[in-house]
Amino acid sequence: MVETTAVVQKFYNDYVQHTPKKLKLVDIYLGYILLTGIIQFVYCCLVGTFPFNSFLSGFISTVSCFVLGVCLRLQANPQNKTVFAGISPERGFADFIFAHVILHLVVMNFIG
Amino acid sequence: MNRGPKILSNKVAGYSSLITFAILLIAWIAGFSSRLFAVIRFESIIHEFDPWFNYRATAYMVQHGWYKFLNWFDERAWYPLGRIVGGTVYPGLMITSGGIHYLLHFLNIPVHIRDICVFLAPVFSGLTAISTYLLTKELWSPGAGLFAASFIAIVPGYISRSVAGSYDNEGIAIFALQFTYFLWVRSVKTGSVFWSAGAAISYFYMVSAWGGYVFIINLIPLHVFVLLIMGRYSPRLLTSYSTFYILGLLFSMQIPFVGFQPIRTSEHMAALGVFVLLMAVATLRHLQTVLSRHEFRKLFVVGGLVAAAFVFVAVVALTMMGVIAPWSGRFYSLWDTGYAKIHIPIIASVSEHQPTTWFSFFFDLHILVCAFPVGVWYCIKQINDERVFVVLYAISAVYFAGVMVRLMLTLTPVVCMLAGVAFSGLLDVFLQEDTSKKFGNSAYSVTETDENEDPTEKKTLYDKAGKLKHRTKHENNHENGISSNLKSVVILAILMILMMFAVHCTWVTSNAYSSPSIVLAFHNSQDGSRNILDDFREAYYWLSQNTADDARIMSWWDYGYQIAGMANRTTLVDNNTWNNSHIALVGKAMSSSEEKSYEIMTSLDVDYVLVIFGGVIGYSGDDINKFLWMVRIAEGEHPKDIKESDFFTDRGEFRVDAEGSPSLLNCLMYKLSYYRFGELKLDYRGPSGYDRTRNAVIGNKDFDLTYLEEAYTTEHWLVRIYRVKKPYEFNRPALKANERLIPPSNFISRKNSKRRKGYIRNRPSVIKGKRTLK
Repeated sequence: MVETTAVVQKFYNDYVQHTPKKLKLVDIYLGYILLTGIIQFVYCCLVGTFPFNSFLSGFISTVSCFVLGVCLRLQANPQNKTVFAGISPERGFADFIFAHVILHLVVMNFIG
Repeated sequence: MNRGPKILSNKVAGYSSLITFAILLIAWIAGFSSRLFAVIRFESIIHEFDPWFNYRATAYMVQHGWYKFLNWFDERAWYPLGRIVGGTVYPGLMITSGGIHYLLHFLNIPVHIRDICVFLAPVFSGLTAISTYLLTKELWSPGAGLFAASFIAIVPGYISRSVAGSYDNEGIAIFALQFTYFLWVRSVKTGSVFWSAGAAISYFYMVSAWGGYVFIINLIPLHVFVLLIMGRYSPRLLTSYSTFYILGLLFSMQIPFVGFQPIRTSEHMAALGVFVLLMAVATLRHLQTVLSRHEFRKLFVVGGLVAAAFVFVAVVALTMMGVIAPWSGRFYSLWDTGYAKIHIPIIASVSEHQPTTWFSFFFDLHILVCAFPVGVWYCIKQINDERVFVVLYAISAVYFAGVMVRLMLTLTPVVCMLAGVAFSGLLDVFLQEDTSKKFGNSAYSVTETDENEDPTEKKTLYDKAGKLKHRTKHENNHENGISSNLKSVVILAILMILMMFAVHCTWVTSNAYSSPSIVLAFHNSQDGSRNILDDFREAYYWLSQNTADDARIMSWWDYGYQIAGMANRTTLVDNNTWNNSHIALVGKAMSSSEEKSYEIMTSLDVDYVLVIFGGVIGYSGDDINKFLWMVRIAEGEHPKDIKESDFFTDRGEFRVDAEGSPSLLNCLMYKLSYYRFGELKLDYRGPSGYDRTRNAVIGNKDFDLTYLEEAYTTEHWLVRIYRVKKPYEFNRPALKANERLIPPSNFISRKNSKRRKGYIRNRPSVIKGKRTLK
């Protein structure tokens, strides 16, 4: 157990030192989205999912925001430059906006 | 593509794109025009059964608007239940043609909605060709893409569902399918969120168009899963699949008919599972890059335990809530081919749900079915991420096509693509070497001739045979390699095969797939003239003109959509087949005796009964030939009253002549089909009552109908309509006036005259206290 905490400690230090500022920003956003998702999940466990489409659209939009955020982070990560050849961080961000626009149009339709 | 010097590459690119455009245009035109046989031979008319419903729904939408259509409750179908059309239909087709109609009218081009419906599928076949080109280009090379586009434009397996007038979901769905796959492959290649969001949008269109979208939502996760197993995980895969899945999930739930199915039914669960798996793998991979191996292992144990606990809790929770529905019957029948026959006769009764024969593979795909394994082999030999996809697509589609004739349609595009790969690979071998020898080491000319060569070969597909030969001779003159003879022979053989393929496609299209099936044509054997049998429309028109507007017509479910579409009358059952017990009730009415079926018919308020009878002209798709399915379906719901074995003879034969079983010879369907047929002599030598379809003299010739009367029979006896009598019409037997013991008098009871009911014309004036005189 002590070893595990040591590993986590090292992981944390690595993260703080070696991650670019942009990615940290994205990570904060992801953490926020995760928190929203957890709140929604707890809410549905406590209160129920009665307007099912509203619950679904809320929850799925949270999940998709998270997924899209992860995609953005992957594409903006300088370590992945070789993997995403031809996708600059700016292009990645434009894609992110595009996906969000269509996502939220549909969510608004679905939320009822 | 162009590896040559940059100065020349511009010119080459210009030529190659010109040729690409030209070929795609030619493929579009060829595909469009080869689908017009039916319109030229008959007329611009909607075909078959399901297209009639689609047409009716489209016309309703155009007339009443989109919101009315979504809330449309159709009380003219499934009497007395009705049908909620807006929630039980894939609206993509109606929206597409309605949108085109709106656009054309906005531009002041007055086109009738029927013509848009008729020509929608041929127009979309061109789009299918283009998206097939794009997909194959992503998978292999532009040359192979052009081959594939030319193939899919004219291949009979696809034409069978997209001739002009065949206004059905599949016509636009295959385009959506191919386009979704193209965008998916593109997004896997680049890892771009944009392309995978595009794939999700295209998937949305597919969901709105056809129930076959389940194929996509299972094939793409399968692709991802296999890539994971093969150790081909990359962050690109994560971005493309996760974006596609989550957006596709949300989009697909926007279609009312699909509803919450994507998170509730087992068919969609594979996609969710792969999504979770991919996320887990991505997390582990990420940790692996950050931490050293030793540290990773420790964290892996803890993380693994936590994940296992989480999955366990999730499964328990889902089971307790009971949210995941089991697989539906139609999907069971895909795994176990005998399933439908035993449990769901209504699925097995449709001819297009039968297993495919070897013959029809060749008939629909011709040479492509031989070239297709070569393409698979090429792809496996030079495997990469997207070729894994096409191999999986090929294998699954081959399996499904083997199970059901109808799913031949999903096989056709992949066969075209892989055959394109095969032919392009073959021509690469036999054309490229020649030119490289001839031009020595000038690399650009190799690519240029290569690019020029492939497309021209394809263009010759549509040319005459003479031109083809000329072209290859021309090729021969230029060759001076060692095995040039061999090469020219091979190329000639390939061209001959492709030419035969084009000929075969045209022949099949013109002979097998271009019949509207509501207008029949046959050739007179004596003078060779072509006769048109328009009995169906004759009967439906009679119905629309001579029956009450709310008359209810009972027929077997095959004709429900046509009656609703052409005669605009209420039907009991139709091709939607959503309510098996209602269909079984109609089947029971058809297969019981007249008295018993009269009870059923009065309970269902039937006014007219319509049967299809082909005995006079030898039309084999009539109701007597379908009769055993009616019996089987009825037996499934009413096993006490109807037994299939009763309708066979002792030796287990189904025959309509004198040796037929008595319950067959006295059932309603038999009587309605053969009423007064015993008096009919078809030719001078033959006996009367000779059924040409079943080649037998019917067994029960002289009978009368008590509860029904013949209302209308079409020219060739193809459609027979009977009116169901009201109880007062047969309860009192009609005696002729001279046979009556008590002569009829004009006496009118006091009660009657007081209340002034009854007939008005020639009303007798009654003087009170006096008896009227005769």
